[in-house]
Amino acid sequence: MNLRRDVFQAIADPTRRAILLLVASQSMTAGAIASNFDTARPTVSKHLQILTECELLEQEQNGREIHYHLNPKKIKEIADFIEPFREMWDGRFNKLEALMKKYRSKK
Amino acid sequence: MEQKTKINAEDGKQELVITREFDLPLELLFKAYAEPEIVEQWMGTKVLKLENKKHGSWQFETTDAQGNVVFQANGVIHEFVPNQKITRTFEMENAPFDVQLEFLEFEKLTDDTSKLDMQIVFRSVALRDQMLQLPFAQGINMAHNRLQDIVSKLR
Repeated sequence: MNLRRDVFQAIADPTRRAILLLVASQSMTAGAIASNFDTARPTVSKHLQILTECELLEQEQNGREIHYHLNPKKIKEIADFIEPFREMWDGRFNKLEALMKKYRSKK
Repeated sequence: MEQKTKINAEDGKQELVITREFDLPLELLFKAYAEPEIVEQWMGTKVLKLENKKHGSWQFETTDAQGNVVFQANGVIHEFVPNQKITRTFEMENAPFDVQLEFLEFEKLTDDTSKLDMQIVFRSVALRDQMLQLPFAQGINMAHNRLQDIVSKLR
């Protein structure tokens, strides 16, 4: 539960969302990611650390370099989080619709 | 297939909009919101009070099979324009959520179809996101269980 809350906190930050978008196209080193931002390098490192801790990013060792890439499973989890809420309302409205159709035919 | 119920929750905003198109004439859709006996059936809750007028108030209560109260909500009605608009507040009792403001707009599409726009305004962005995550995070959310009951019956 805590982990999940962390994921949402992680994506609440605009720089971290920008990092995710950047890494979505290709895996990158911390240096390459940082070069896309005006922010100080340690700040970007901190963001990368948070994103890695909540499993949105995964690290991959390539020789001496560490590449960051997206964890599609975790991303999907976020994309889906609103779906149960939508389904809850969809269920209510389907019921309303069925009910009123019957109501009409009774009259 | 296009989804009939859509949720629009823009990033960083403390509101969300639920939109749904119904295969129902506008009058029947509105009736489903105005008549307590009908509200009870599709919301799956007992309607203790529903005063459809300006300065009116409403109160819902849901009990489980053993008669224990599992959900209570109430609010006041600010605007009630038949077949057009309901403006009301919504507050869950015994829950750590602040009151929310709801704007319901009903619109005729054709003689047999209609549309509902439900704009819900929360006290903060964090609170909105918390409410959105409620069914996701809890999984045992009561309303969601009801939904699953309905869905499993459809299967």
